Amino acid sequence: MITRIRSVQIVTLLILFSLPFIATAMNQPFWVDLSTRILIYAIAAMSLDIILGYGGMVSLGHAMFLGIGAYSVGILTHHSFEGSAVPFLPGEWTGSMSGLVHLPASILASSLLGLIIGLLSLRTVGVYFIMITLAFAQMMFYFMISLPTYGGEDGLNVWGRSEIPGLDLSDSVTFYFVCLMLLLAFWFIARRLVDSRFGGVLRGCKQNEQRLKALGYNTMRYKLIAFTIAGAGAGLAGGLLANLNEFVGPGIMHWTKSGELIVMVLLGGMGTLIGPIFGSAALLLLEEILSAYTEHWMIVLGPILLLVVLFARRGIYGFLAGEGAKDG
Amino acid sequence: MANLLSVNNLHKSFGALQATDDLKLNVETGTIHGLIGPNGAGKTTAINQLSGELFADSGTILFDGENITRWPIYKRAQFGLQRSYQITSLFPEFSVLDNVAIAIQATDGHSFRFWGKARKDKSLIDPAMAVLEQVGMDHLAHTPATDLAHGQQRQLELAMTLATKPKMLLLDEPMAGMGKSESHSMMEVLRPLKGKITILMVEHDMDVVFALADHVSVLVRGHCLVTGTPDEVRAHPDVRAAYLGEE
Repeated sequence: MITRIRSVQIVTLLILFSLPFIATAMNQPFWVDLSTRILIYAIAAMSLDIILGYGGMVSLGHAMFLGIGAYSVGILTHHSFEGSAVPFLPGEWTGSMSGLVHLPASILASSLLGLIIGLLSLRTVGVYFIMITLAFAQMMFYFMISLPTYGGEDGLNVWGRSEIPGLDLSDSVTFYFVCLMLLLAFWFIARRLVDSRFGGVLRGCKQNEQRLKALGYNTMRYKLIAFTIAGAGAGLAGGLLANLNEFVGPGIMHWTKSGELIVMVLLGGMGTLIGPIFGSAALLLLEEILSAYTEHWMIVLGPILLLVVLFARRGIYGFLAGEGAKDG
Repeated sequence: MANLLSVNNLHKSFGALQATDDLKLNVETGTIHGLIGPNGAGKTTAINQLSGELFADSGTILFDGENITRWPIYKRAQFGLQRSYQITSLFPEFSVLDNVAIAIQATDGHSFRFWGKARKDKSLIDPAMAVLEQVGMDHLAHTPATDLAHGQQRQLELAMTLATKPKMLLLDEPMAGMGKSESHSMMEVLRPLKGKITILMVEHDMDVVFALADHVSVLVRGHCLVTGTPDEVRAHPDVRAAYLGEE
């Protein structure tokens, strides 16, 4: 029997797979790029959901990882284009245009940053954790602004999309499907993760960390690994975003971006992994549609968010899929 | 008999308040040891220092041959010193079974296993069910912990600590807030543990303490006034004056 939750998932998948064809058929190529943006932010929001929805860690600095992922691609492309050496690395490596270098670099850089920042900020909890993650993100934001080599405040043009043998990422439909595959792969990995023994400890951290410690868990380590994995996911999203925009600017890691990611998680359904896909779609579509009428489109977003938080605890996904959303 | 736990000259103060004042306490292996005393005597503060929630200002805590005075709480727990809380501490969103399973998982090496599904893991679920049968809660296995009655929650917390196969249990008022029948069924769970697991128990219900304990220590103003068998303690003149006489 097909349950309500399964049918929601299947319909979602069908829509995601057919979107570019519908857009092309309707002669609206712009919709492909918008859908790609939704997928990329869905990866970032899903990665945040691992620590926010399952681990109870409210990070207000998650866009920092998005930024580091994006700058990884931007910087490698920049040096490859200029023929200059990448600083801080041994040898005279002049970067790369290959996506097989770019995306792993985005993931590696952001997980390394996640490890360091997690190590420092996970010593705090609650509002202090929110503040310290915010502070780190703002530090990175101003750090990138003050680096003229990489465009400073003006950002960095990315000259062409990453090169992957056999795939032409500059074709927007191809790029869309690459993003979709990565989203599904990340969802699968995250799903296994939260259902594993490790995931059990992570969920326990959210409910009663003291109890876990008293049972013999060194909870700090588990939270740190979850934080690092979440950073890696957002880094991947950042690498894709740099490709989509063919541009990287410091704005990508401004704290309001971190706020948007939290809104996506809440709107879509916290602690569901799939929910953030809906959250990303809802927020970006609202922005797209409403900003045509007014630049103060957030005025509409505010009440909607309020209603969702008050009346639909599992967000849009919970509203659609019902009780089972938690386990989906 | 050898002492499993031995506390020497333990001090802890909060500002001007001397909560633990030169505390000496020995708990023999395999016994149930009651810790009683008037309100504010520092019983919970003492338990918190033993479990690692608080660190002592000075003094030593020896447990099973190790000086654990500076060990963090999770390390003591892994080493076999488990506790329950005065205010029930569970994972409210988890089912009863999952609460026990995560306790068992704590003893099964590290939990850096990222792939297999924990809910289908026989090596967690089977022993968890066995523990639930032991405390008579197997019929509630799939109930969310938050839906249990108060007494059942207390019992579940005990089941979780038992599931880790501890050398010693620190029970902070296991009967707190329980009705007569609930408290009776808790007794029936605790009694068979005698001789198997060493227990240090803070409890206000004197009937429970005198019925279960092999030894009783009386704590007054952070200091151990007297230790002895229940009969000795009951008969001790200082205890009557300091504690029993007050009621």
